[in-house]
Amino acid sequence: MATVTEAPPLAPAPAPKERPPRKRGRLTPYWLLLPGILWLVVFFALPMVYQASTSVQTGSLEDGYQVTWHFATYWDAVADYWPQFLRSIAYAGTATMLCLLLGYPLAYLIAFRAGRWRNLILILVIAPFFTSFLIRTLAWKTILADSGPVVGALNTLHVLDVTSWLGITAGDRVLATPLAVICGLTYNFLPFMILPLYTSLERIDGRLHEAAGDLYARPFTTFRKVTFPLSMPGVVSGTLLTFIPASGDYVNADLLGSTDTRMVGNVIQTQFLRILDYPTAAALSFLLMAGILAIVTLYIRKSGTEDLV
Amino acid sequence: MGLLRWFRSRLVVIAGLLALGYLLLPNIVVTVFSFNNPKGRFNYEWQQFSTDAWTDPCGVADLCGSLSLSLQIAAWATAGATVLGTMIAFALVRYRFRARGAVNSLIFLPMAMPEVVMAASLLTLFLNLGAQLGFWTILIAHIMFCLSFVVTAVKARVMSMDPRLEQAAQDLYAGPLQTFLRVTLPIAAPGIAAGALLAFALSFDDFIITNFNAGSTVTFPMFVWGSAQRGTPVQINVIGTAMFLIAVLFVLAGMVISNRRNRQKAS
Repeated sequence: MATVTEAPPLAPAPAPKERPPRKRGRLTPYWLLLPGILWLVVFFALPMVYQASTSVQTGSLEDGYQVTWHFATYWDAVADYWPQFLRSIAYAGTATMLCLLLGYPLAYLIAFRAGRWRNLILILVIAPFFTSFLIRTLAWKTILADSGPVVGALNTLHVLDVTSWLGITAGDRVLATPLAVICGLTYNFLPFMILPLYTSLERIDGRLHEAAGDLYARPFTTFRKVTFPLSMPGVVSGTLLTFIPASGDYVNADLLGSTDTRMVGNVIQTQFLRILDYPTAAALSFLLMAGILAIVTLYIRKSGTEDLV
Repeated sequence: MGLLRWFRSRLVVIAGLLALGYLLLPNIVVTVFSFNNPKGRFNYEWQQFSTDAWTDPCGVADLCGSLSLSLQIAAWATAGATVLGTMIAFALVRYRFRARGAVNSLIFLPMAMPEVVMAASLLTLFLNLGAQLGFWTILIAHIMFCLSFVVTAVKARVMSMDPRLEQAAQDLYAGPLQTFLRVTLPIAAPGIAAGALLAFALSFDDFIITNFNAGSTVTFPMFVWGSAQRGTPVQINVIGTAMFLIAVLFVLAGMVISNRRNRQKAS
């Protein structure tokens, strides 16, 4: 019964304890970080070092590899595979542009015009993620089949004559041509464009549109002077999220393309898993990384949103 | 003129819906062709209607085995990445410490790296260590690339959280553990759930990194990849359709629940 009297006095409150945010345990953040960061260091950063070292090794699979600072591997890789590098950049760049052209109206639609359909459309954009992307990419084989309605329509409209002249299709086929690969890439990475665009469009205050209208801006002028500039963060992160994975992709080029549409990802995959020429594969993979870093840095500097990441 | 004006005023809507159609067309094709009865080994051309594949989804050798392996890996990878990622997210939002910038870039880099580069570098590590490629190497790789996405999702939620709620709990004599379990965790839960869901989807669907680090182990995406060379069974379409439907139902159910909860709060 004595314990009752020892109950903490409610008033006056014990002198309000000094509670500067998180004084106890100055080591706490490090303990929280340790396991996850260790994981990333060991399985992400360290492998990059290993790969760098592999790329300057010589030797053979039987006798083992030795670090010999053999930088010639890089020159040989560039000399042998520059068409695949160029193709990767060209395909990924085209797919990114198409994603922007297709994704912008859809993101705009969801953000401003969809009303009560907004959530449903958002679900329909995200839900395909849960169907294996390989299955969906294979479906394009059916859609673009030689005797299918799409190729038939394109033929009737003489579109394929134009695209063949441009060199992105061959004869009256779409499958196994650059067009099919670009189509697959665009399709696969479109959601990565739509979602950041939508997020940045959704943040725009609708009253800005009204204000622009009150100032006699035509809808297109409003778009050009108000909406688009304000959505730039979304445009930048969307293009990066599309371009980077697209330039390293080898699934679309393998499933929808031919030997003439091989991208650098295909080469890395073959060198690593079939030919087992690890130094060349590592050098190619490093070159791809460096190339992308260079393009991305240039792009971010140009678009002037360095505080993005 | 009227038609033209109508068209122009609806231009965005029409273009948007066309893009949506482009996005959903493969799913429609996958669904339709899950009812096909193909003649050859490949399921690319429509032959005749059949529900055989739906009544016997495991009728193909190794398909359901690879599916259950993928589900297991995805479950473990989600658990691992969610725990590690949530801890990192809390440390980054709640504490000021040295090396914060370095940690932030280490989190960001895996998301900004082409998958094939990560896949290849991880393989060189495993080869150098002489590790046996298989379940464990896949799991290690999946936790690695899911981690950053979980951190980003949880961070966004914890950042918008009012720290005074925790202070209030402590003023009411809640211990640190109690505060964490009864206040902090419930508020952060939607972010953690979003991160976990993302991790699960990413892990389950990953092909490129798995292809490099799986050895002879076959996950579901790898089974699909192999079938593209050897012949695609209709059952693949059945699984793809089912996954799409489950995802849609899952999200719809979540929306109904949260709507009802909001309405209860309002009344």
